[in-house]
Amino acid sequence: MAKQLTIFVENRAGRLKTITQNLHRSNIDIRAFTIQDRGDYGLLRLIVDRPNDAYLALAELGCACALKDILAISVPDQPGNFHRLTSALAEHNINVIDAYGFVLQPHKTGVCCMEIDQPQLMKAQEIVAAAGFTVLQDEELYSL
Amino acid sequence: MDIPFWSKEIETLDRASLQAIQLERLRDMVSWALKTPFYNKKLSSVGIRSPEDIRGFRDLERIPFTTKDDLRRSFPKGLLAVEMTEVVRIHSSSGTTGIPTVIYYTRDDVDRWTDLLARSIVATGASAQDIFQNMMSYGLFTGGLGLHYGAERVGMAVIPIGGGNTKRQIQTMKDFQTTILHVTPSYLLHIHSQFEAEGVKAGDLALRRAFIGAEPHSENTRRKIDDLLHIQAFNSYGLSELNGPGVAFECVCRKDMHLWEDAYIVEIIDPTTGRNVEDGQEGEVVLTNLIRRAMPILRYRTRDLAFLHPEPCECGRTHRRLSRILGRTDDMLIINGVNVFPSQIEEKIMKVPEVATNYQIHVDKKGALDRLTVKVEIYPKLFLGDVAKLEALRARIREELRSSIVISPNVELHEPGSLPVSEGKAKRVVDERPKD
Repeated sequence: MAKQLTIFVENRAGRLKTITQNLHRSNIDIRAFTIQDRGDYGLLRLIVDRPNDAYLALAELGCACALKDILAISVPDQPGNFHRLTSALAEHNINVIDAYGFVLQPHKTGVCCMEIDQPQLMKAQEIVAAAGFTVLQDEELYSL
Repeated sequence: MDIPFWSKEIETLDRASLQAIQLERLRDMVSWALKTPFYNKKLSSVGIRSPEDIRGFRDLERIPFTTKDDLRRSFPKGLLAVEMTEVVRIHSSSGTTGIPTVIYYTRDDVDRWTDLLARSIVATGASAQDIFQNMMSYGLFTGGLGLHYGAERVGMAVIPIGGGNTKRQIQTMKDFQTTILHVTPSYLLHIHSQFEAEGVKAGDLALRRAFIGAEPHSENTRRKIDDLLHIQAFNSYGLSELNGPGVAFECVCRKDMHLWEDAYIVEIIDPTTGRNVEDGQEGEVVLTNLIRRAMPILRYRTRDLAFLHPEPCECGRTHRRLSRILGRTDDMLIINGVNVFPSQIEEKIMKVPEVATNYQIHVDKKGALDRLTVKVEIYPKLFLGDVAKLEALRARIREELRSSIVISPNVELHEPGSLPVSEGKAKRVVDERPKD
């Protein structure tokens, strides 16, 4: 399953730089990122090519960070597909805690990353696959 | 100037007669104190075994000081001098490390305390004609109930509204044409800042006086209150260990607070040597309660810094005047009138596994009110990358702190290792409130 690296970052100038600097130093390739803002702090979520190495590099610095299993789904970049995905999950009463997406190739491929409650994660994976989507395994995601 | 009195004879008694009363009452208090395990031990250790051992004021200095720590260690009944059946009131304050302190009163104790408050109220020129809106908290805190009883004794119409709910406070001032408020200075300024939003002008109200207390404030703040609200503000001083409010109160001259010396013996000491200093010199206020038998307290170190005016007041009262409180000898913070010790905050934070042991306490002003922010660091090993859990953690810390220090602080979550590391708790406190 795909891994997402979540990092606790205070909301002040220069904090992101410290993190990117250290990831760069460890030759980590960032494939996607998003920030969840909570006012005085934010959570930086990263998809990187080597999640374990990235985690260790930041943990060594004393950062509060965590690796999480997420559902990374390949979604063809055409109208209606995201709706089809959310409908499949809704039909089975799967709640999405958090999600973000990025387009890989315009009008061709997009990726949707979803955080699902741990007990429902495997079931969600099956539902998504049954609905005709490709769930990306970690290597596939990182080598996109 | 017309000088009103509640008990003119005692308030203007010559100093020698006043001291004779003090000595007689001190002996009485010692006899009650000897009934408690705490004082029995303490007084015996300096050779005081009966009231007769107090021959003059010199013997007062033989009595060891009593501290807040002593009260905590004696919790709950180590200083109780009467049977519980004699007790009609219990007040309590939160302790510095979780153990509260408790104060007991007999019916007569409450009666004598109430009389001091009636005396204090009348000294400001207030009378039975007044409408009194008591905006201090009721409950375990002595500020609310103390003035309530005093105001009723004077015969004022008392509105026991308690603290908070600004809209309702302003509406009540309008509805009942309140003439006197009892309130902390910061809350009074906050109330005033809301007048416009509530469509009220100071001139529309019937306010004439405010009794302000529970937090230190400067003469500038008092003038500001006077000018903005078109009233006269009177400073007051008290602490629950010495009954509560009414230890000292300003008279119509408003040149600092008469300390009721028939009810309390006041000493100002050098906090380092413990020796008495001259009148006029700043030092720590030490008080002996002369009117509470349920729980006598002798030579209590208040940790408040102030001085006594050597010269008499123009009003004719012979009881010396205590200056406003100039500071503290400990690290206690006063946040919107509530006493908070950094150690109370530390104790709670240390019990939360998801945060590290480093923290910072930050105090500033938001409008007229004090704002307390507690900054903590996330403990990396227990970080799960989940916003809901972080927000639950923030809420839990806030609730834990609220249960200990009564007020609800902002809680800020910080990165591990980001807060300044400091030894000693004083440096963990950043107080950015203007001193004006």
